[in-house]
Amino acid sequence: MAQSNPSNVTPIHGGGILAGGAVAPNFTLHVTPDQTLTLSDLLGRPVILAFYPADWSPVCGDQMALYNEILPEFHKFGAELLGVSVDGPWCHDAFAQNRHLHFPLLADFEPKGAVARKYGAYRATDGFCERALFVIDKNGVISWSYCSPVAVNPGADGILQALEDLPK
Amino acid sequence: MATLKVPITVEDHAQGPENAEVILVEYGDYECPHCGRAYPIVQQVQKHFGKRLRLVFRNFPLSEMHPHAEAAAEVAEFAGAQGKFWEMHDRLFENQARLGEALFLDLSEKLELSTTALRQALEQGTFEARVRADFKGGVRSGVNGTPTFFINGHRHDGSFEFETLVSAIHQAMGTAKSA
Repeated sequence: MAQSNPSNVTPIHGGGILAGGAVAPNFTLHVTPDQTLTLSDLLGRPVILAFYPADWSPVCGDQMALYNEILPEFHKFGAELLGVSVDGPWCHDAFAQNRHLHFPLLADFEPKGAVARKYGAYRATDGFCERALFVIDKNGVISWSYCSPVAVNPGADGILQALEDLPK
Repeated sequence: MATLKVPITVEDHAQGPENAEVILVEYGDYECPHCGRAYPIVQQVQKHFGKRLRLVFRNFPLSEMHPHAEAAAEVAEFAGAQGKFWEMHDRLFENQARLGEALFLDLSEKLELSTTALRQALEQGTFEARVRADFKGGVRSGVNGTPTFFINGHRHDGSFEFETLVSAIHQAMGTAKSA
């Protein structure tokens, strides 16, 4: 996997997502139209980074809605959940309100997909993110990652296992 | 491939023989329209396989999205504690559009269950822990939405249309699809 030189890795779809052991590339993204979030500000606690193709997926219990329900389980590990897609902050805002999401959605909007590319989680041919999950430890190192087929909601079992496996 | 992490026990709500060839587990939400649509299909599947199939239902209420889902699950558990789980389960799905306290009390009356006891159970959250345990077990097993089915312990990632379910179950039985 693309583990050797993570800071320079910008694989396109098929190149593979960053694997466990790689330093999580830092980023600053809009979380609302007038607020940004920087990954390194969250050092000291685990972070779950969930890239997903798009807001407004038409199914009930879609990935973000599912994670919203599971949020208390993530919080038991002190983990912060961040959703990331190429949708803009206004779109995220409307989506989060509609689905009553209680965690931030980050807009990898401009330049489009730049953060997803750093994680190897961008589908250049489609113009949106993979369904890629990363658990980042409190030191900012990726401890686990998983890329699901884009049509398959990966659920949360892998995330919970990865959180459990983090050194205490 | 996601697999069922919580083994089936006597605590589970099940229909069909214990030693059936195939165990179909459904994680469902009474307010989820997809589960509502799956409900008659699952019944058809049960009919199709008869005694060769055991159905287990576990709660997976998406309560952030469905305001009545948690209460409905607790109502079914309340009925279940009195041996009437499936009667309530069926009626909840059949009246999905009317979920709410009035319906819960009405159904409970029809099933000759005490409405006072039901109110109390809902207020005190008597069955909350049970529903939460189902939910957590589902998450651990890779439930990724509702309904999620497991066929002999393996998550079924295909659709829940009758033909798809039947053929997946046949596959699990190790027999070629005949019908």
